Amino acid sequence: MSATVKLIGFFDSPFAHRAEVALRLKGVPYELILEEDLHNKSELLLKSNPIHKKVPVLLHGDRTICESLVILEYVDEAFDGPPLLPVDPYGRAMARFWARFLDDKCSKPFWLSLWTEGEAQKGFVKEIKENLKLLEGQLVKGRKRFFGGDAVGYLDVASCGFAHWLPVFEEVAGVRLVTEEEYPDLCRWAKEYASDETVKQCLPDRAELLAHFTARKDFFVATAKAIMAPN
Amino acid sequence: MSPPVKLIGAFGSPAVHRAEAALRLKGVPYELILEDLENKSELLLKSNPIHKKVPVLLHGDRTVCESLVILEYIDETFDGPPLLPADPYDRSMARFWAHFIDHKCAKPFMLSMWSEGETQKESMKESKENLAFLEEQLIKRKKRFFGGDSIGYLDIAACGMAYWLGVIQESAGVSLASGEEFPALRRWAEEYTSDEAIKPCLPDRDKLLTHYVANIDKYRLMVKAPPA
Repeated sequence: MSATVKLIGFFDSPFAHRAEVALRLKGVPYELILEEDLHNKSELLLKSNPIHKKVPVLLHGDRTICESLVILEYVDEAFDGPPLLPVDPYGRAMARFWARFLDDKCSKPFWLSLWTEGEAQKGFVKEIKENLKLLEGQLVKGRKRFFGGDAVGYLDVASCGFAHWLPVFEEVAGVRLVTEEEYPDLCRWAKEYASDETVKQCLPDRAELLAHFTARKDFFVATAKAIMAPN
Repeated sequence: MSPPVKLIGAFGSPAVHRAEAALRLKGVPYELILEDLENKSELLLKSNPIHKKVPVLLHGDRTVCESLVILEYIDETFDGPPLLPADPYDRSMARFWAHFIDHKCAKPFMLSMWSEGETQKESMKESKENLAFLEEQLIKRKKRFFGGDSIGYLDIAACGMAYWLGVIQESAGVSLASGEEFPALRRWAEEYTSDEAIKPCLPDRDKLLTHYVANIDKYRLMVKAPPA
């Protein structure tokens, strides 16, 4: 019998969502341990992820796995169920490339496009919009329902932030990055993703997200300033 | 018969070395196309329009970018000794530590080498902590390499530490660790860089040192700028 699976997460984290939805897609029962306050992290989290001190952390028996994309691949390889990554090596390489593109190339301009101002903000808005166009291109002009094809897969899960969190951030920041006119395929995909039966179960409530992010707006602006400061 | 393999690379790049090492360990013949990174070719810009960086693997009509993505592609596509371990947990550990090297180690290391004052001091402290984590991982495994008895994915991912670390420290006149510190990593670096498959695709040390010395002002300027 397989060892117990626990997932340390936080309600507003798209990274924790990635891990949860992977477990659900594979049909793996798990216990969700929610951190209450990421400014006051639990002993369990700090002990399980001493290097990054971040969620999600997957606990599988006596194994600990950190980093959401690493967790995705672990869940795909350790458990039976529909594959999350494509079967062929090139498809897998592409999925991994685009997931890395999102985390490494998109997160910063996305964040800074929301919380900076003036000329700098214009630059980041331009950059993230170009990046999102590139991502949208992977949907092959609407010929694919999901990045994974007919079913939600690794890259869909990796892109979850742009499906569900992006519109909330846009509202809090008063910045519009994605419109249906400019990104018809991406918007259609976002709706498909967020309404998928499995995904739906572990998406945080939109109103709660909005309230939570609105309350933290000043903090977000401060983080943007810190990123912009010279070394 | 497998379509031809070409690798777009550049002298001195540890990321390119990663891809070359993987191809050699798998016994895959390839053509190396060397770029002048100050004057990037049409081929590179067309093959990697998003990042415009090396390495780029061209396998028939397929293009794969990003060194760690290339490593896994090579491992999954070609026969030969596996680069990643078989067990899912061991695989996740290899991926985690490779990611750690690229995302947690790179910046503090560069700041240790090319910044000054408080920033440099703090970065050196952080770099040493990072090395200590990796030293611990090596000791835990009780084997010659991160990958076990033979070189694997994480050894290749960590190549910067095996070879480039020493050269860059020498070029900058900055020493991160004394001779006694991190004995496991030192021994591992020796083993890695003297491996028969790895040696041929390591850049010449003198040439590499000259390269880093010649460009030091550029690097010092580069680390001053905010990341965005």
